[in-house]
Amino acid sequence: MPEYAIQTENLTRKFGDFIAVDHISFEVQKGEIFGFLGANGAGKTTAMKMLTGLLTPTSGKALVTGRDVYTEAEFIKKQIGYMSQKFSLYDDLTPRENIRFYGGIYGISEEYLSQKIDEVLEGTGLKDQGDKLVQALPLGWKQKLAFSIAILHNPKIVFLDEPTGGVDPVTRRAFWEQIYEVAEQGITVFVTTHYMDEAEYCDRLSIMVDGRMDAIGSPEDLKHEFSASSVEEIFIKLARSAKRGDG
Amino acid sequence: MNSFAGFVIKEFKQIYRDKRTLTVLFGMPVIMMILFGFAIRNEISNAEIGILDRSKDEVTHQIIQKLEATDAFQVRAYLQDVNEIEALFREGDIKEVVVFEANFRQKLVREQRADIQIITDATNPNLANLVQSYTANIIQDYVKALNSEDQIEQAGIMPKVRMMYNPELRSVNLFVPGLIAVILMLVSTLMTSISITREKEMGNMEILLVSPLKPYHIIIGKVLPYLVLSVVNVITILILAIFVFQVPFEGSYLLFFAEAGLFTLTALALGVFISSVASDQQTAMMISLAGLLLPTVLLSGFIFPVQSMPEVLQWISHIIPAKWFLIIVRGIMLKGSELLMVWKETLILIGMTVFFIALSLKKFKVRLQ
Repeated sequence: MPEYAIQTENLTRKFGDFIAVDHISFEVQKGEIFGFLGANGAGKTTAMKMLTGLLTPTSGKALVTGRDVYTEAEFIKKQIGYMSQKFSLYDDLTPRENIRFYGGIYGISEEYLSQKIDEVLEGTGLKDQGDKLVQALPLGWKQKLAFSIAILHNPKIVFLDEPTGGVDPVTRRAFWEQIYEVAEQGITVFVTTHYMDEAEYCDRLSIMVDGRMDAIGSPEDLKHEFSASSVEEIFIKLARSAKRGDG
Repeated sequence: MNSFAGFVIKEFKQIYRDKRTLTVLFGMPVIMMILFGFAIRNEISNAEIGILDRSKDEVTHQIIQKLEATDAFQVRAYLQDVNEIEALFREGDIKEVVVFEANFRQKLVREQRADIQIITDATNPNLANLVQSYTANIIQDYVKALNSEDQIEQAGIMPKVRMMYNPELRSVNLFVPGLIAVILMLVSTLMTSISITREKEMGNMEILLVSPLKPYHIIIGKVLPYLVLSVVNVITILILAIFVFQVPFEGSYLLFFAEAGLFTLTALALGVFISSVASDQQTAMMISLAGLLLPTVLLSGFIFPVQSMPEVLQWISHIIPAKWFLIIVRGIMLKGSELLMVWKETLILIGMTVFFIALSLKKFKVRLQ
């Protein structure tokens, strides 16, 4: 049994001369909500792509669910869920069809899927909307649905890439309740965000600056370490020292 | 396999839901076929002409009758004087005036030559050219007949022209293969590249790549529905061509469908390649339309013969897949060519297909590295 959900050691990714991710080492414990912070261009996306098997690292070590990202990417893919900022639902399909489709590509069996579809529709409150096209749904519901789909196959870790972008505060709050529920089921949540109030909800968080990981710890520990009153203060302190611009 | 089947089902559903695109996809071949078949013609029918007959003898009378007997001409006016010609042209309806010199028959018998002047309205040069060569043909035929019957000695050489394989010079015979190429380009290349880049744009591609689905599953799943649509479209065009426009089909249907299938693969490979280069739907559409469809229409020999292009363009036309496909299909449909006669062109198409598939696979991998 792997001790950590994610474990990296000097994980590095270069694009030519540019070092997008510069020797980062960190661990994510099983079942925790791990916030992955950083300004635009700090290397968050690249790091996340390496962990989800979309990019091969240049050097360093990374284990996801105890499996090596170099050699066991195919296995890792079955163990993780992923939800991006764009929610990635098919607008011209119904919620039911979206669930069936994504369930299908993860190889969920037909009987289990039928049962799961009702469960998800019930859970997201979309029971009456199950056969309407997704494009007619409000953003908040799309977000809920996308998240439910990302954990449809009971992954060990779910990666959320700015899942609350463009959503109003009430809906964001509701979404975080959903995240807590999922974490309680034992699924590790790896989340990137630009909202500092959300960072406070995380069990632990890390802040990336110029490809390096400059801070990691629980929000309380970090505030203590940087003698700041909020995560926002820490973030701004660190982000100001960055030499890279946006991009 | 379950996951792959689900993917293909989803593709078909999405295409089926998009009613507007669906209408275009299935309506386009029919509309294009009708447009090209009826409206755009290189042959003439019922062109209005005028006659100025200063001789009014038996021979000129017969020639006029011959002219009138064809579908091509309709004699609208009999003029009495040269001065009337210009006024007639200015009215705009008359495309041509045929002038017979005085004492036509007499001259023909005595001097073995008599002059006919053909005056055309060259504001539309193509039409003028056509009308003129049609008229000349008819007169030539008549003179030929006259030679054998009346033993009027004819000096000089009489050229014998015979148009092989398409004796009536029907343009629809030439357009059909070109149309198949254009439609396949539109359906296979354009639609595939748009549908793949849409996944990218909407962020679905990321999810698919993170999922256990293999990249080639995604590509094949995307391509398969359009392959089916292409086949349906080819059959539609073929049925229209044969039953509505009476285009001859001399060769083997098996070879035809094999070659059409090959060209569809080429087009699909191009579509996949474009989508690996373009990041959004708009770029994909621009590349497909401007970079592929336009050259296909203009440089493949679809409308303008490759042989009459400047040398540079002729060279460029070599890299256009549709050019080779056109040679093959025209051969099969009009000449009854067998594989032995078109193997070179077939090989070129296979080469192009392999090249583009290899290129897009490489691109796909690079993106994932």
